[in-house]
Amino acid sequence: MAINTEKNSYTVVFAVVMVIVVGSLLAFLASGLKPKVDENQRFEKQQNILYAMGVNDNEGESSVSFVPTSEVESEFSKYIKEQLVIEGTEAKEKQDAYLIDMKKQLSTIKSGGSAELPLLIGEKDGKEFYIIPLYGKGLWDAIWGFMSVDENMVVQGVFFDHKGETPGLGANINQRFFMDDFVGESIMDGNSYAGIAVAKGNGDPLNENKDDNEVDALAGATITGNGITAMIKDALKLYKPYLETIRKK
Amino acid sequence: MALLSKKDANLILDPLADNNPITIQVLGICSALAITAELKASVVMAISVLFVLGVGNVVISLLRNVIPAKIRIIVQLVVVAALVIIVDQVLKAFAYELSKTLSVFVGLIITNCIIMGRFEAFALGNGPWKSFLDGIGNALGYGVILVIVGFFRELLGSGTLFGMKVLGDPVAKTGLYALGYENNGFMIIPPAALIVVGIIIWVQRSRNRALIEEA
Repeated sequence: MAINTEKNSYTVVFAVVMVIVVGSLLAFLASGLKPKVDENQRFEKQQNILYAMGVNDNEGESSVSFVPTSEVESEFSKYIKEQLVIEGTEAKEKQDAYLIDMKKQLSTIKSGGSAELPLLIGEKDGKEFYIIPLYGKGLWDAIWGFMSVDENMVVQGVFFDHKGETPGLGANINQRFFMDDFVGESIMDGNSYAGIAVAKGNGDPLNENKDDNEVDALAGATITGNGITAMIKDALKLYKPYLETIRKK
Repeated sequence: MALLSKKDANLILDPLADNNPITIQVLGICSALAITAELKASVVMAISVLFVLGVGNVVISLLRNVIPAKIRIIVQLVVVAALVIIVDQVLKAFAYELSKTLSVFVGLIITNCIIMGRFEAFALGNGPWKSFLDGIGNALGYGVILVIVGFFRELLGSGTLFGMKVLGDPVAKTGLYALGYENNGFMIIPPAALIVVGIIIWVQRSRNRALIEEA
């Protein structure tokens, strides 16, 4: 039986069948795999948060290794003491505050609503870490991360990641040589929350000066770097009232 | 090769050299340029394209007699996009780490003109087995160039291969860097990929003069 593939009716039927078949196949697959994917994403977030407070399996100078997925849940409850939601200078305890989506909160704030800002308090070796979630824009797509500070507002660790920055350039924001530079930098400039700028040609490529509110930029990734600068600034603006209550002067 | 007839073997071998999709047909330049700053990304992209082109060519070839000619390009796009999304979803559930590395390439695979080119030029007119071989051959030809370009760009641009420092430490000035060698920052920006591809084309054509087009 030869089919006349030139007929308009055939074309329409073919298109409809194709869309239904492919669409339902993908929908079926996506909903079937969703619980597994969600779990992976939750573990990843826990790993990232722990990484930012220095709980990781890093070895040597260049590897970025997280706590293994199998242990991340117990490690997370061991190190994270409090999960708070910040409103101005007030903080309320909230279960699983770390799952709050910063992207949604930021867009609520932009449209004038009141948002839930998560802040996690971790404790390691008797020291407290205040972990701030970050979210912003890189060159191509979203960038995000976590930054932990102590009560002197000195950065204890950061974690950055991205959705689609250029491999080899902006994508390197999640590499050790970039993230490690932030450790020890103060986010304060005198009494103002200046943040940390990703600066080109600051004459300090080894990052020996920890009081300049600057880290050395990645070559070829100006916009991604600017995105990081802006992301930290934006978050500090929101968290400043609360950070002011814990800061040691 | 006893396994394949000479004609079939040529389907795989031709695109590796004398009919290479990048250096001869000049297709797929966009992704060759975008992701070859690192060797690892090149390899991941090459494997992804190998899978999508191999399977996609077979699917299109099986459907070749029922696809309406008027909407064949759309059908081809749907097949590629569906394949890529299926792979992405499965990896997200079972190999999450790998899926994160791969997600950058998803868009690039769908729009890769080699894939559309092979569907259109080969799979629509040939049987599934031949199409499969053609897909594998072209993907390998593409992959080889990607890996060569990635090798040189990462080595000369960052002094690393697969992220490992092979020339010493540029900051601590060890290895080659102790002699005053510097990384060439130009190599990691996209235009360098075109220059490397250009050199490969030059070398290939000077070795095989039959490839030079008449002006």
